[in-house]
Formats: sequence, C-alpha cells, structure tokens
Amino acid sequence: MPPADVPPRRASPPEEDFILEVEGLHKEFPLPRGLTGTLRRRPRKAVHAVDGISFDLRRGEILALVGESGCGKTTTALTLMGLITADEGTIRFNGQDVTHLGERAGDRPRASIAQVNGRMYRKEPSVFPAITMKRLRRQMQMVFQDPYESLNPRATVLESVAEPLEVHAVTRSREEKLARVRQALEDAGLSPAEAFMSRRPHELSGGQRQRVVIAGALVLEPVLLIADEPVSMLDVSIRAEILNLLDELRARRGISILYITHDLATAAYFTDRIAVMYLGRIAEIGPTRRVLAHPQHPYTRALLSVIPVPNPRMRRQRIILGGETPNPVDLPGGCRFHPRCPLAFDDCARTDPPLILVGAEHQAACLLADPG
Amino acid sequence: MRALTRNRLGVVGSVMLALAILTAVMAPWIAPYDPEASTEVSIEDIYARPTAAHWLGTDDGGKDVFSAFIYGSRVSLIVGFAASLISMIIGGIVGLVAGFYGGRLGNLLMRLTDIFLVIPDLPLMIVIVAIVGPSLWNIILVIGLLGWTGTARIVRAQALSLRERQFVTRARAIGAGNLHILRRHILPLVLPLMVANTVLVISLSILSESTLSFLGLGDPTTLSWGGMLNFAFTRGAISAGAWWALVAPGLGIVWVVLSCTLVGNTLEEAFNPRLQSHHLQGEEKMVVRPAQAQAAER
Amino acid sequence: MGVADPQPPLLEVRHLSTHYVTDEGVFRAVDDLSFRVMKGESMGLVGESGCGKTTAMLSLLRLLPAAGRIVSGEVLLEGRDLMALDEAEMRALRWDRLSMIFQGAMNALNPVRSVGDQIGEALVIHGLAPGLGAAAPRVGELLEMVGIPRSREAHFPHQYSGGMRQRAMIAMALACSPQVVIADEPTTALDVMIQAQILELLERLQRELGLAVILVTHDLSVVAELCHSVLVMYGGALAEYSNVDRIFNDPRHPYTRLLLSAFPDLSRPEGKLISIPGHPPRLNDLPPGCRFAPRCPQAFDRCRLESPSPRLVEPGHWVACHLYEEAALDAAG
Repeated sequence: MPPADVPPRRASPPEEDFILEVEGLHKEFPLPRGLTGTLRRRPRKAVHAVDGISFDLRRGEILALVGESGCGKTTTALTLMGLITADEGTIRFNGQDVTHLGERAGDRPRASIAQVNGRMYRKEPSVFPAITMKRLRRQMQMVFQDPYESLNPRATVLESVAEPLEVHAVTRSREEKLARVRQALEDAGLSPAEAFMSRRPHELSGGQRQRVVIAGALVLEPVLLIADEPVSMLDVSIRAEILNLLDELRARRGISILYITHDLATAAYFTDRIAVMYLGRIAEIGPTRRVLAHPQHPYTRALLSVIPVPNPRMRRQRIILGGETPNPVDLPGGCRFHPRCPLAFDDCARTDPPLILVGAEHQAACLLADPG
Repeated sequence: MRALTRNRLGVVGSVMLALAILTAVMAPWIAPYDPEASTEVSIEDIYARPTAAHWLGTDDGGKDVFSAFIYGSRVSLIVGFAASLISMIIGGIVGLVAGFYGGRLGNLLMRLTDIFLVIPDLPLMIVIVAIVGPSLWNIILVIGLLGWTGTARIVRAQALSLRERQFVTRARAIGAGNLHILRRHILPLVLPLMVANTVLVISLSILSESTLSFLGLGDPTTLSWGGMLNFAFTRGAISAGAWWALVAPGLGIVWVVLSCTLVGNTLEEAFNPRLQSHHLQGEEKMVVRPAQAQAAER
Repeated sequence: MGVADPQPPLLEVRHLSTHYVTDEGVFRAVDDLSFRVMKGESMGLVGESGCGKTTAMLSLLRLLPAAGRIVSGEVLLEGRDLMALDEAEMRALRWDRLSMIFQGAMNALNPVRSVGDQIGEALVIHGLAPGLGAAAPRVGELLEMVGIPRSREAHFPHQYSGGMRQRAMIAMALACSPQVVIADEPTTALDVMIQAQILELLERLQRELGLAVILVTHDLSVVAELCHSVLVMYGGALAEYSNVDRIFNDPRHPYTRLLLSAFPDLSRPEGKLISIPGHPPRLNDLPPGCRFAPRCPQAFDRCRLESPSPRLVEPGHWVACHLYEEAALDAAG
C-alpha cells in the first residue's frame, strides 16, 4: 500500500508495477588537473563511475546488481539514495520523478540534466514541492556492507534502531517508539527484542549487528531496500541467514530489494533478476536463472566460468581474462569491454553496443548477442 | 574510568589530583590559620623556622606558610580549571567546525589556529595582563584564550575521520541533518579525547598562572603558589635561609602539574587507538619447552 | 595422514598447541593440531574467522605477537624440528625454506621503497646477493615468474594495482626458493577475475617449482579448485582432515557438512543455503567437551563432557567427533 504522502502513480497496466525506474543515469567524479594541466588548458578528466545505466525494479522484486570493484554499482546505490547527485538521467520512484529533489522543503532543487534527442535540458523542479528527499527516505532505506562500521559503537541497539524514528519525528510517545523498535527487531530476527535493546555493537556478533542495521532500515516501513554487499563481511556460515531474511522480507512485506554485490554466487541464490555491470554500464540484464544458464555477454560468461565452485570433481573450462579492469577515467573507444574480450572483432573497437533483447526480458550489450 | 585504574601511573596521577582538589575544597577546615586575618607579629615571627605551631614556618609577614599554601592551592586550581574550560570550549568548537564542515571555513579556522600556535604564549600573556590589569578573571581569560590550539587540532583530526565513517553515512541515508549527526555521532565520540586533552591543558594553564604570578602579574587580592614564590624571591627569603617559603609552593605546583599530566596521558592513550603500541617481540618466550620453561620463568 | 604416500612428508606438524596469554584470559588459539604436507602438494586450511588458522601458520614460522606461546608440539621440516631451534637458526631457515604470504600484506608494502628493492631485500638478508644491485637479475626473474613485466621493478607500490601487488607478495615469498609456501587468504580482498588469475598463478608455480603450499582460507570453493588435501578447523582444533575429494563428497564431521551447505554452488543454484545458528566460541572461553557441541545438531551427552580428539575413520581420513569410533588402528597416526 503506497504511503499517503506520495502522489498516486501514473496509470499503468497492473503487470508493470514499477517501484523504481532508472533511465540514462550518469555520474562522474572530476579529477583535479594540477598546475600544468590547468595552464595548458587540458580538458578535465573524470572518473566515469556510472556511464549511462537504465533499469527498472518491480514492486516485490529482488534485483541483483553485480560487478567487480570499480564497475559503478556502489555509486549507483548512493545516487539512488540521494547521497550523491546524478549528473544526468532520471530516477523515478513510484512513477514520481525524484532525481533532483532538494534534501528538505525549501531547499534549492539539485542540478539535473536530461538528454533528450541528443540535446541537454535542465529539468524543472518537482511539481509537488512537498516531496523532498528527506520524506522519500522513509520509503527507501539502505543496508551497508560493514556491520562493524555501520553502527555507532557507543549507541545502544535501541538508540540505533530508533534513530530513523527520531530523525523523521514520526512517533509521538516513548511507548510508540519502543513498540516500533521492538517490531523491527523481531522482523529482523532478533528475538526476544528486549534482550537486545540495551546492548552495544561490540557485544554482538557480525550477523547480529547486520540484523540490527536491517532492523533500523525496517523501522520506517520502507517499500524499497537497497542492500550494498550486506553479507560480504560476514562469515560464510551465517550469510545464508541474512539472505534468507531478505527473501523473507520480500515475501512477507512485499519490500522490493536492490541487492548489490560482487559475489555472483549469492546473487544467484535468491534474486529474481540480475544485472551485470562493467565499467559503469550494464552489460547484461535478465531473469537470474536465464542469465546464469545462457549468458549472452562474454563478460558474464567469463565471470561465471571462473567463480570457484565447491565441487572438486567439476573441472570447467575457465575463461580467465587477462589484465585488470581498466581505469574508468580513460574508457576504451567502442565497446568498453573489447580490450579484454576473447571474442572481440574489428567492429567492437568502433561501436558501443546498446542493450538489445536476446530473450524474454533478457538483454545484453554485445554485438555478437543473438536477438530473439 | 577503567582506563585510569588499569595503568599504574594513571592511578598514581588520579590519587595525586584527588588529594590536591580535596585540599583546595577543604581549605578552611585544614588550614590552621586564616591568612586573611590580621595578626600581631613581632620580629621573631618573620621567616620563623617550622615549629609545631607553624608546620611550614612563617613568611615575611609572619603569616603561617602552611595555611597560605593550602589556600594557595585554591587559586592555582581554580585558574587552571576555569582557563582550561574556556580553552576546551573554544578548541572544541573550532575543531568540530573545521573538521566536520571543512571547506573554506575549515581552512580558515586552521590557519587561525596556526597563527595562535606560532605566537609565543608567555610574552603575549605578559603584555596583555600588563595592559588590562591583573585581576583573576583577566588572567583566566588570557590563559584560556591562548590555550585552545592543541585541543582544536586533535578535535579536528578526530571529527574529520569520524565524518567519513559508515555510521555517519548511514545517518545521512536515514535523512539526518548535520546538527543531528554532530549531536548524536560526532560529539560523543570526540568528547573522550577532548577531555583527555583538556586535562593536559589544565597542567599547562596552572603552569602559566604560576609563571604570571611569579613575575608579579598575579591578582594582588589573592595569593597563589606562584605569588608565594614571587614574594619569597623578592622579599629576601633566600638570603634569610627560609627554604620553607620556597619549597612548599614549588612542590605544590609540581604536584598538581605532574598529576594532571599523568592522568591526561593515561586517558589519551586509552582513548586514542593510534597511540597504543603493538609489536612483535618476546622471541625468548615464544616457544615454551616444558623443561626449559620452568628454568627460564624462574 | 593426508594422501597415503610412502615418501616422508616435507612438512609434518604434530600436536601443535599455541596459546595467547592476555589480560582477558588464555586464548587457546591452536589446540593439538597435526597434519602433513608432501612435496608438490597443496593443503587447504579452512575455517571461519577466529578459528586459529592464522595463528597456526604464524606458529610454524615462529612469528607470533608478544602474547603468543607455543606450548607444545613439533614442526618437522624434512625431519628437523623447528621448535627445537634457537632464534638464529630459525632466522636462517625462515623464508629460505619456509615462507608466507601474509593476509592483507599487499596493503602493507613500504610505500617509499620500490617493489624491486623490497623483493631484493629478502635475497640480501639471506646472503643470496651481496647487495640490492646484485639482486636485481633474480628480482627480475621473480617478477616475470609471477607475471609482472621486469620493467616495473623500480616502480612503487602505489603504482601497482591490487592484483599486481599480490603478485609482488608472491614473488617476495618465492625469493629464496623455499620448499613450503603458506598463503594466508591470498585472494580475499580481490575481485573475482583477479582471484582467478592469482589462483591460476599459484597452481602453475606449485607445479613448476614443486612447491608444497598451504592455502589458508575461509572459502571452501577455492580449496576445491586448488588443493589436494583439506584440513577443516573449528575453534582452534582440527575438525576433519582428508583429501579434497573425500571432504567434499564424504564429509563426516557435522561442522564440515553444515559448512558445505552454507556455500552457494553456482552449478546447483536451486540448492538451499543453510546457515549454522549461533557463532564460533571465544577461544578464551571454550565450552567443556566438544567445541562445536553448542551448535551441533547431532550433539549428545558425551559431546558436552569430553572433547573428541582426531580419530582415523578410514585410511587418510581423520575426524574429531564422538559420532565416529576409530576405524582402524594406524601405527603411523
């Protein structure tokens, strides 16, 4: 049920119930030039962290954003959360354009540029000025990678989980606050909640800390959860319980989840769709089972072939790519993957392939991908 | 608290400091004579040696040195604590703003801090006190206004590193504003280090006050230990051989400064993780062979 | 133990126990650990964080921090007990015959010295070259062996990427042509593709140089790809030890079985991932009896009273669990 303060979505067919729509997102971080650079008027270089990605997230869906370090997945997450401002592109939440929202009512809207037919336009401020980034955060929450760092070491569990309630001033009494915190802790699997409330992070295990962070993300009853590597820093034997928890939250509360990771194996485990990123772009996107069974992009194929599998009898043909992921400052011309691609041919250096449909809801950005 | 009790030096320093504070507070009850009261003195009473009636003898005015010493602790400690409080507040604010907000304002504040650091404190204090007059408040203000730079630097460094930590990013992701983050996350984590540093500043403030009083720039209506030293030097205690008039206030200053330094260092080590040492050593003890072990450990 | 082999083992560890003596009690980081590694063989030492695997390896090299005490055990390198040597003898041996790629070492390179110099330093210390200049040819050779162009010898660590720095650490570990190399979580902080490159490199080096490798990791999948034998540690003690095939296809210890089911398997994505409830014990507060008993679904009374020692359940397969009785009396145990 959409919260009351978000305006009704535009009319759309029931099967296309999107909670998040991202189009043409760009974000670059300019590099300082140095004296000689400035004097010689060299063009400013930048780290092209996110270089034009588009994807949708349906209500109640779990989408995995997978890629190696430097591919732009964390920058994407921070941009969606409004912690970084996008340079170009559109982000729609529940049909409402939220790309350039000011943090608070009365804030100047942040700069935002859209590219339409090759021309750049500056976007107009939101039609509904009451929608601010701060209000949006009630529905969109984030879980971070490091359970040891995400919580203030001197705050109790109660204080940490109640913090969102206080920031948004949603509860009217201490009893109400306690009740909501208790509910969130139980939903995150920390039971009995009372036993945990007065503890501090150093008294908890990694898995418990992560659950506290998740409880903090649930306490405002969001509809979208962005989880940035939520299990990478946990012991393997407790990763499953956190992933199972996320799956359960989707099943029971219909929360949509954007699961960001470098670990394809965990992404394969519980997500509906998967998007593989490379150097700031989406190389392949589609239903998880399909992408894993029939990868269409050479990068996806290479990744799948080298991920270790706990089965000593399985000897696979490993496609080990040479070199390292190039610096997102100097992007190669044409297809950005072609310098390392085992299947590259002449055109690859000249043409930057767009995402084309290669199967049911399955897209890949490769000149060799077979449409239909 | 646990940090203090673990380190032996910290315990020693705490006890010393507690004693000093207790003395100052309990002065009217401990001191056998009231230094303010006027008494009749005869020539034998001037610089009289220590006796049962006067444990530390008398000063140049025939007054009991021991009582003056007890009451003198008050002035030294009050000035020390008050001035450090001012330093702590100024240093804390400057450090927090420079570290957390950064940017041009931060740079400006740090340059200001550098200026204050470079200026030699004592000559400046002397000049200012000479100009505005040596009242207790003036002295407190002058010492406080010049002693904040160390605190500012430490606080800034801490705030800067805290700003980047993930729980602050989480707070922003929740929608918290700067004030909330400062209040809830930055300040509580900066405070311990600030307190530790302030204790060290107290020792410096007391030294500064003692120096000013020794140079005759102390508040003439009160008698601090520095003032006692001043009188001892300028009123012939040395030629009279009256060591009691010098040793007591001198030792008093050393006592309080030492205690603050010990406590401050211990606290700083406890709160600043980077100061804690960690090394690979003790090779002799690494492999414990049963027969050798008993022989070696003996 | 390990792979049945008539040759004497290159490295044999017998009943190694290491404690840390601290204010918070005695941490029994390694408790009665025994294994052997043959020439040219790689052993995977698997366990979760805090299970004592790094401590065990540091004990082999006698590089424990101040609070560490090796309280018992023998470490036989070609029959010679490293624990009986004095520090001077150990120093001569360390790196020359037995070296280690430390966890996170790629981030601990000295930033103000060139990579080539840092590799050459090992050669100079062990008398294999009179000075850094004379060491240069060998350094170049080492760099090429690990896939770094010789021309980058004079570069500084910050000019190397993460994967290259790890390769440099491998080169450093190989500098004195050791017989045994311990790699502590060599790929943990690296991307998947770089991880594959490093693992391939380790495999190739092991084959070409006939190295014995001990790969310490929490990742069972990596062990499946690379190792001949596997030792699973829990709470500082051996849980199960056998060759890789048996560990994965016939695991006996309940912990091994649960751990295997906790790893996602891309080749079988429909498999349900489980997690083990609870958390590993604190090594200064071990439960009486079996360390795993509090979390073990098959624990019974004896488990809570008596700690099981490793038993041979079939040739070459050791399990420390009361569910299994000694299958055969093996004199070589």
